[in-house]
Amino acid sequence: MTTGKPHDRVDGRAKVTGQARYAGEFSAPDLVHGVVVTTAIARGKIVRIDAAEALALPGVLQVFTHENAPRLAWRDRSWRDMVAPGGSPLRPLHDAEIQFSGQPVALVVAESFELARHAAGLVVVVVEAAPHQTRLAEVEAEAHEPARGKKGYTPPPKPRGRADEALAAAPVRVEATYEHPALHHNPMEPHATTVVVEADGNLTIHDKTQGVGNSRDYVCKVFGLSTDQVRVVTPFVGGGFGSGLRPQYQLFLAVLAARELRRSVRVVLTRQQMFTLGYRPWTRQRVALGAERDGSLRALVHEAVGNTSRFEDYCENVVPWSGVLYECPNTRLEYGVAPLDLYTPIDARAPGAVTGLWALESAIDELADALDLDPLALRLRNYAEEDQDHRRPFSSKALRDCYREGAARFGWHRRSRAPRSMRAGPLQIGWGMATGIWEAQQAPSQAKALLTADGRLHVASASGEIGPGTYTIMSQIAAEQLGLPIAAVRFELGDTALPPAMIQGGSATASSVGSAVLAVCKALQHSLLKLAQTMPDSPFAGRGLDDVVFLDRGLRLRSGTADAVPIAAIMRHAGLGSLAEQATAIPDMARQSRYTSNAHSAVFVEVAVDEALGTVTVKRVVSAVAGGRILNPKTARSQILGGVVWGIGMALEEHSMLDHGLGRFVNHNLGEYHVPVHADVPEIDVLFVEERDDVVNPLGVKGLGEIGIVGVAAAIANAVFHATGRRIRELPITLDKLL
Amino acid sequence: MLPVMGDETCAITLKVNGATLRLQVAPWTTLLDLLRERLGLTGTKKGCDHGQCGACTVLVDGVRINSCLSLAVMRDGASVTTVEGLAEGEALHPLQQAFIDHDAFQCGYCTPGQLCSAVGLLAEGHASTDDQIRELMSGNLCRCGAYPNIVAAIGQAMRPRRSA
Ligand code: FES
Ligand code: FES
Repeated sequence: MTTGKPHDRVDGRAKVTGQARYAGEFSAPDLVHGVVVTTAIARGKIVRIDAAEALALPGVLQVFTHENAPRLAWRDRSWRDMVAPGGSPLRPLHDAEIQFSGQPVALVVAESFELARHAAGLVVVVVEAAPHQTRLAEVEAEAHEPARGKKGYTPPPKPRGRADEALAAAPVRVEATYEHPALHHNPMEPHATTVVVEADGNLTIHDKTQGVGNSRDYVCKVFGLSTDQVRVVTPFVGGGFGSGLRPQYQLFLAVLAARELRRSVRVVLTRQQMFTLGYRPWTRQRVALGAERDGSLRALVHEAVGNTSRFEDYCENVVPWSGVLYECPNTRLEYGVAPLDLYTPIDARAPGAVTGLWALESAIDELADALDLDPLALRLRNYAEEDQDHRRPFSSKALRDCYREGAARFGWHRRSRAPRSMRAGPLQIGWGMATGIWEAQQAPSQAKALLTADGRLHVASASGEIGPGTYTIMSQIAAEQLGLPIAAVRFELGDTALPPAMIQGGSATASSVGSAVLAVCKALQHSLLKLAQTMPDSPFAGRGLDDVVFLDRGLRLRSGTADAVPIAAIMRHAGLGSLAEQATAIPDMARQSRYTSNAHSAVFVEVAVDEALGTVTVKRVVSAVAGGRILNPKTARSQILGGVVWGIGMALEEHSMLDHGLGRFVNHNLGEYHVPVHADVPEIDVLFVEERDDVVNPLGVKGLGEIGIVGVAAAIANAVFHATGRRIRELPITLDKLL
Repeated sequence: MLPVMGDETCAITLKVNGATLRLQVAPWTTLLDLLRERLGLTGTKKGCDHGQCGACTVLVDGVRINSCLSLAVMRDGASVTTVEGLAEGEALHPLQQAFIDHDAFQCGYCTPGQLCSAVGLLAEGHASTDDQIRELMSGNLCRCGAYPNIVAAIGQAMRPRRSA
């Protein structure tokens, strides 16, 4: 078995030697450089753009603005990408209207990067500002149901029972408002696009994207090109976390310039400009819980309002988790979006769940404190055995094992219940925990495979590699199916010339693309078996795929003593130099829709708080995950580590700060927007509990990119409460809030 | 109008990964952009261009620096080692191997900087505990959160030195 075992990344060597090439690192002999000019006001109109000084510099080729950009597609539909929310997408350089601070208003193109950057500083943008609104509390009343259209968004389920009455009647109640600010993804690789104009005029585009197909289709629709004129090739992405789900404006600008100038163009955003892209929305939530004195939940109300822009209704699944995670007869879940004069948010790692669980799992901890119950015991008392909102079973749910094994590893039973009861020298120690949940999804994907007589297998699908280990696990799946060493397999991705795959997001690559790889390998198995049956005295006559195994580069009967027949011999006998297959894996909806399928986690955290300074240090974390079958424990652990690190950032550090006077994110750099650094991250203990699931997809995997972060912020806030007796309901928990 | 500096260039000599190069560079070109744009050594990454992320870390005369904060002309005569120069032919540097062994990266974008920084760290000789590694590597951000594995990888590469 190749899957299920730890395996080094097959692209590891490329990554440690600097050979892995990212979007902004492709070149062409005729390459020129574009630098973006953004606006400084949040709302208003461009009165005039004066680019004369920039254009006067030798080597500056053009300054593109709304005044000289060509008229392109006029319907919103053409600008809407595969995962766009409802509304009218941004059309860069379309007209004089300014909709948010940081909106791109010009692209300066020059022979060198330095010259383009210098010239960009010479472009004068004269604007007429209009009043703007960037305060969420002031538009909360305008919150509305999001416009339809965003893929993956499900409106909250209908209320069950009578939550408000049950809440009023409950002997024990907690109710509070939780808030977190806008948060920017900040992948280490800035967004970048290199457009290479080929000799025949076709475009080869290297774009930082989580879906090459999405970028290709967007370019085709917006510029009126056919899919054979545009190829998007992105073998490596330097982190996405959702920021690359939608085509970003540098793609549009680079293509525009390349077409107008008939030159290859590269546009790389600055770190500052990374804060002009989407973000996890600023969200305020109210959670009210009512319980019996024994802890049984009687009522659960969860209301959330997240911000969106004025031109699109970004939305995410914030509250549905609250209806599914705990057994409760009376629930009311509500969600709305409220428009601000900011750019549209975009999915960020575990979108919605991160937000909802931060509030829900804080509230559960508050309830445990009100009841004087152990927080883990309270969760077990209300453990849901079925999905009450959809009245259907879980396809699998090993959350109880996460609680048990995680608690044992952490030593949870040694926790003293009362807040402020644990100390280490001058420091207050706090132990907190929370639950995580994320949906297991599968989307249609395709793969092709070519097996050559020398025993090498080439498998390909237009998926992506943003860091989860796609190259590696796909190679493992293929190697296992055909009994080949992993070194004999080459997996190729990130190219629209390959069979289409779902966008890399939502933790669904392993399930979706993995299933396609499985399917194409099964097709090869089938062909090989057929060929083997034509060999003289074939031991496989009359046998099906269930009767045989592929092992050690050969085919043999599952039972019996017959010798294995090498794949090479089968192909030689058939006179074949190679064997090609293509396959599509589509989810078995008839079966899957009878179940609810989620990944779960239990996360346990120890913090130390220095009350004199207000500083919080995370001392250790145990994350116990039920994520179905684990294909590669090594890369799987890394995904969870990454999620936990994101959770630490969200809880204690990250904050895209708005200056409401300017209507702008002002800490737009990595010195002031704090992401966790080495010194912020302790030992993180990841454990995967056994979980079998033959419903979710043929591989039984649930995806791991999101689950690691969900619940972490609440676990840390709960630990801070345990350490200090202070409940912080507004993230991040910075020292000013503890002093 | 500001003078345009792109036209005037200075002659410098740089040793890059062992090869001596005589270059004409514009004074406004950073060492990072020289490596990436002129010399095609895109292994060194740009994450912020402001000295805030460490993605551009290279070794200059054996010392780790942020190459985005250094103009190329300031390094005339220096010897620069980038991630492309760490391995000896096919044989990986022990840190490169340790990064693979410990899965010390995901997307790989911070990795060249982490590696060069770690080489510099080992040469400095100030770190012997994991906490010291964490402290002294904190200028190298990893948004994928591979930190625990990076610390373990550096620990592995440090071990022979410890027992010596
Ligand atoms: S690019 Fe030099 S420190 Fe970020
Ligand atoms: S591996 Fe992606 S930023 Fe470090």
